[in-house]
Amino acid sequence: MKSEFLLQIKELKATIDNKEILKGLNLEVKPGEIHAIMGPNGSGKSTLANVLTGRDIATVTHGSVTFEGKDLLVMSPEERAREGIFLSFQYPIEIPGVSMVNFMKTAINEQRKHRGLEPLSASEFLRQMREKKELVEIDSALTNRSVNEGFSGGEKKKNEIFQMAMLEPRLALLDETDSGLDIDALRIVANGVNKIRRTDTSVIVITHYQRLLDYIVPDYVHVMYDGRIVRTAGPELALELEERGYDWIRKEADVNEETWTTDRK
Amino acid sequence: MENDQDKVLDELTSGEYKYGFVTDIETDVIPKGLSEDVVRLISAKKEEPEWMLEFRLKAFRHWQTMKMPAWAHLKIPEINYQDIIFYAAPMQKPAPGSLSDVDPELLKTFDKLGIPLGEQKRLTGVAVDAVMDSISVKTTFRESLAELGIIFCSFSEAVREHPSLVQKYLASVVPYTDNFFATLNSAVFSDGSFCYIPKGVRCPMELSTYFRINASNTGQFERTLLIADEESYVSYLEGCTAPMRDENQLHAAVVEIITERGAEVKYSTVQNWYPGDKEGKGGIFNFVTKRGICKGDDSKISWTQVETGSAITWKYPSCILRGNNSVGEFYSVAVTNNYQQADTGTKMIHIGRNTKSTIVSKGISAGFGQNSYRGLVKVLGKAEGARNYSQCDSLLLGDKCGAHTFPYIEVDNPSAIVEHEATTSRIGEDQIFYCNQRGISTEDAIGLIVNGYAREVINKLPMEFAVEAQKLLQISLEGSVG
Ligand SMILES: Nc1ncnc2c1ncn2[C@@H]1O[C@H](COP(=O)(O)OP(=O)(O)O)[C@@H](O)[C@H]1O
Ligand SMILES: [Mg+2]
Repeated sequence: MKSEFLLQIKELKATIDNKEILKGLNLEVKPGEIHAIMGPNGSGKSTLANVLTGRDIATVTHGSVTFEGKDLLVMSPEERAREGIFLSFQYPIEIPGVSMVNFMKTAINEQRKHRGLEPLSASEFLRQMREKKELVEIDSALTNRSVNEGFSGGEKKKNEIFQMAMLEPRLALLDETDSGLDIDALRIVANGVNKIRRTDTSVIVITHYQRLLDYIVPDYVHVMYDGRIVRTAGPELALELEERGYDWIRKEADVNEETWTTDRK
Repeated sequence: MENDQDKVLDELTSGEYKYGFVTDIETDVIPKGLSEDVVRLISAKKEEPEWMLEFRLKAFRHWQTMKMPAWAHLKIPEINYQDIIFYAAPMQKPAPGSLSDVDPELLKTFDKLGIPLGEQKRLTGVAVDAVMDSISVKTTFRESLAELGIIFCSFSEAVREHPSLVQKYLASVVPYTDNFFATLNSAVFSDGSFCYIPKGVRCPMELSTYFRINASNTGQFERTLLIADEESYVSYLEGCTAPMRDENQLHAAVVEIITERGAEVKYSTVQNWYPGDKEGKGGIFNFVTKRGICKGDDSKISWTQVETGSAITWKYPSCILRGNNSVGEFYSVAVTNNYQQADTGTKMIHIGRNTKSTIVSKGISAGFGQNSYRGLVKVLGKAEGARNYSQCDSLLLGDKCGAHTFPYIEVDNPSAIVEHEATTSRIGEDQIFYCNQRGISTEDAIGLIVNGYAREVINKLPMEFAVEAQKLLQISLEGSVG
């Protein structure tokens, strides 16, 4: 039977160099939902994105992740991408010499092949490039250059959203796509996400700041601390965090952990 | 995770050499070994004039006094020259004149290599001289080229039909004393291509030579002589493959190019000799001397090479820029994977005034491959206003391979400007992951990245061959994820 959840994470634990970074994380995302994950630096947000996309920096030691009911953890990174998981990288990678056009064409056609579709014709591909570029108000010169090479910080982030628009994922993970953006770029990125989103696209927005959530209004806000989601509420939680900072969460979470460990023993 | 990676690596490395088959054809071979008698025998087999034999004998006597060069950054096993067959000719029924005379086995062989020789199936816009082992099998389009006064034929034929041209230019760029391998070649060369473009003629099609080694225990020693008379132009392409064998086979060729005033020659190589297996067993020893002279003012020689094959490559296509305002170019991509070794580069010798040279070298090392760039830029005292720009990039895949750069710069004219840039980079796991995350497999990611890196050089190849070269790059690097 098909699960009502697009993504289901249960008791997920993962280590980096034998150090536990994710410590029993639970998260459920239904089609079309927007979830925000907030939390202090080092709490494991990027590690979660890495585990979901199959980057082998972290090792999963416990728990399960299903995507559309399928076991995600057994899939290769490219399979996950072809199944419809997209990551907007916190730090997009430069690939000198590889043109954006060539890169995108290869990516799209690999994903189409996975879905049993014919490769896009050159003209249809170029039409989509033009259309999606406008959607995210991207400077046309960007796509003629090598992937991220010599892009400014803002251009790199816009380029991530552009790629997302081209690939039309089922689940988009935005890892601090807002950080380092001025208010104009922020608006463009947020508008891009809103425009691109089909009704059944789910988004997980990883962010430090409330301000992005003024534009991309989440259904849920989760606070991550020390490898777990320690609090979940509606958009109002983001405002509260903005006002009060993370310290109170930290204190509360630490207390919780104490009780949790003693309960167990 | 670790194991998964290993598995993927294993699967990828089984990428096979596509041209490793052997043609079953009766072959006229002479006994193994090298002596003055063997040199005479080769000359006799080819029914050569006396002057040709004299040239060979001079070279042979000189070679006996020489030692193998040891300066290259290569580990070359001892080569026993008495254990090599120096002449092997596939037996054709009648002499090849019209196509119907070419043995069907040979036609099939070249068909399989993607070089159709048949009248109907010929590559459009490309004239081919097909050389197997020691002889030229067939030269296509020669009649239509002849109408323009272009001579394009096998070397042996040129010796018979155009002796004065051959005598005038043979060894005028690479003297028989030049180096160990060139001298050996001068003594025992068996065939190759000859090309003459007359004054003012732009050759309307690509000329190409396809070299195939077929017979075992055999060395291939061919010679190419290319003369572009005043204000002429030709684009020339060379390709090569060999069967997969456990033994090493020697290939020692000489290419000479002469450009007269205002002439231009573009010489491209896609070298795909059998590289040996994953453990480094077998493969071709490719010891080649290629040199061109820009003899006339305003002339130009451009070398482009994509070197993916051979167990060992030792090769420095060079330009002597004697004419004023003459231009030399060298664009190279060299790949070493598994246990392949390459020591390759160029020499640009600036003699004339306002001579210009450009060097772009892209080394790619993977597996246990060792890749060296060796280049000399020499500006003589009279070369007022000489300019050189060199760029040598190395790309590493994995941490067991090596990249080395040996640039030599000698400048005797104060007005000269010589620039040298070098970079070394690695294909990062983060780059591969970025591609993976967009749905691109690791294999395709490496293909994309490597072709992006080599694009500047690939773009210099004639269109038809650029695509082939791109595929070749990807295939030769399969399984080299670091
Ligand atoms: N590549 C890595 N190697 C070692 N430790 C890492 C690596 N990536 C992250 N970590 C560690 O994992 C923890 C969580 O980091 P991260 O997931 O980047 O947090 P966040 O994205 O919430 O700031 C930190 O303690 C960090 O030092
Ligand atoms: Mg982070």
